[in-house]
Amino acid sequence: MADTAIVEVIGLRKTYPVTQDGQRTDFVAVDDVSFSVQQGSSLAIVGESGSGKSTIAKLLVGLERVTAGTILIDGVDRTAKPRGARARRQRGSDVQIVFQDPYTSLDRRQTVEAALAEAVRLHSNLGRDQVARRVKELAEMVGLDQRQAEARPIALSGGQRQRVAIARALAAEPRVLILDESVAALDVSIQAQILNLLADIREATGVTYLLISHDLAVVRQLTRDAIVMRRGQVVEAGSTVSVLDHPQEAYTRRLRDSVPRPGWDPHQISREGAIATADDQNTATKESDR
Amino acid sequence: MSALLEVDGLTVTLPVAGLQQPVLRDISFTLGQGEALGLVGESGSGKSMTARAIGRLLPPGAQCEGRISFDGDSVLELDGAGLRTYRTHGVAMIFQDPRASINPVRRVGDFLTEALVTNEGVKQDDANTRAAELLDAVGIDDPRRRMRQYPHQLSGGMLQRVMIAAALLINPRLILADEPTTALDVTTQAEVMAILDTLRRERGVSMLFITHDLELAAAVCDRTAVMYAGLLMEEQRSLKLDSDPLHPYTAALVQARPDISVTHERLLAIPGRPLSAFEAPPGCAFGPRCPHAEPACAQAVPPLLDVDTGRSRCRRLPELRGTMGAKSAGAGNG
Repeated sequence: MADTAIVEVIGLRKTYPVTQDGQRTDFVAVDDVSFSVQQGSSLAIVGESGSGKSTIAKLLVGLERVTAGTILIDGVDRTAKPRGARARRQRGSDVQIVFQDPYTSLDRRQTVEAALAEAVRLHSNLGRDQVARRVKELAEMVGLDQRQAEARPIALSGGQRQRVAIARALAAEPRVLILDESVAALDVSIQAQILNLLADIREATGVTYLLISHDLAVVRQLTRDAIVMRRGQVVEAGSTVSVLDHPQEAYTRRLRDSVPRPGWDPHQISREGAIATADDQNTATKESDR
Repeated sequence: MSALLEVDGLTVTLPVAGLQQPVLRDISFTLGQGEALGLVGESGSGKSMTARAIGRLLPPGAQCEGRISFDGDSVLELDGAGLRTYRTHGVAMIFQDPRASINPVRRVGDFLTEALVTNEGVKQDDANTRAAELLDAVGIDDPRRRMRQYPHQLSGGMLQRVMIAAALLINPRLILADEPTTALDVTTQAEVMAILDTLRRERGVSMLFITHDLELAAAVCDRTAVMYAGLLMEEQRSLKLDSDPLHPYTAALVQARPDISVTHERLLAIPGRPLSAFEAPPGCAFGPRCPHAEPACAQAVPPLLDVDTGRSRCRRLPELRGTMGAKSAGAGNG
């Protein structure tokens, strides 16, 4: 396949107005970020809180407007406001998102089948039987049985709800699926099931993944490329394996070394991060004075 | 080693839909003075409930059987002045979300010194000095200024340090830390764990460390116990958990976790989902998800038996030991 970028982000910037010391100023959440993702590939956006990684997800799906820069999905600019319902639906079938919390992203009064059918109808012209068949197909793809498909969210566990959220996102047959910390709230044994499921879905559908995560092990399992963000900026980019195995930037190294593992010594990490910590505390102090 | 805390046959039931349902079943362990014990498990395993039972913070309607003994006192029978003393000088708790456990409309300094001033008659000035010293010890710059601030003015990592300082201020002998770093960034987690570890060692405080993260528990605790469906499944020295698991559940947990340094084709996921105690089948609670289960495993709940390096609730351990496929090389020395 030719190397076509399905997602291309150029010079992305997002600021929010804040008041600091009684003065109105702009807080820069995303600062001149550029990256691209090839069709069928996968990119991780890695960072800690305040790095701007989730803001990028919101900008990509259109939940926030960009301040400056360009987002191209399959070559089409998405920074302008969509004109009309059709254009909005088209965007919906380009990019879908699965959020972190499986407990708040579903309508508690809607059965799983109804939620999936609604999403299928919205993005297709299928007849009633065809919709039902497609819903069944989606439920099977994410491993939900008939009883679970007829249930409301309250009767489902966290892992099952996240399967529903994934199926609903896939109902639009998106080109790009954004996974915003989608496995972060799950138990270890369930997380492994969902990670395997996501790998299977990519194989079956060729969908492109954009994973927003703080968890480097999850990033390694699911993505080919990665960018590391800090305070709105990209500090390192490359293939996921090289970023994790041979990080070039001190911050990336510190992120990696902070992950508990056999022989992990928090004291050493703390010491090594001392300079960076002092730096952090200066920033935190400024923030708290605001 | 003389044990500071002894939990013996602790069973807790809670009212669910009019019926008393078990949440903890026959939990037994000891914790020595100055020792750190990790309590690891997934949702519903009962790890937090164990800490709550020890802190005498169980929800209304909870019924306990068994014994919790703290420095010779029977914790479950404490009341009045005895319970107050236990809670002020015996145990301190640190919770996952610091914002949920601090009063948002009171200054950090008032929060820190309240117990000292009202319960122990320490003068406000002296209490302030002690609080400032401890804030300094947990790595907070300019503590006097922080003490004049409100919780919303501090970041999550900063606030969790305040909570650690608050817990240590009363000089407790035991800290019950319930996922104290789960809501923090990884780099902050390392810093907070280092501080907690240092202060704990310097002061000889015991710690019960509750987490879902096996690696984190193994890194900071002398021993780790793994819980499932309200039962202790195994307990042993933390260093051996990875290489020589004593229960198939522990081995499965280690293998299900993605690895930061190795890319796996597929993860060895555990089928099904974690069960709560009241959902568990008769026999071994992990049986339905266990790759090594055989019909006899479903007959009765296997007892927690002593083995050379710890304790295990797997009846097939003698045959399985060393073959449960731990991740790290060189596993299986039995």
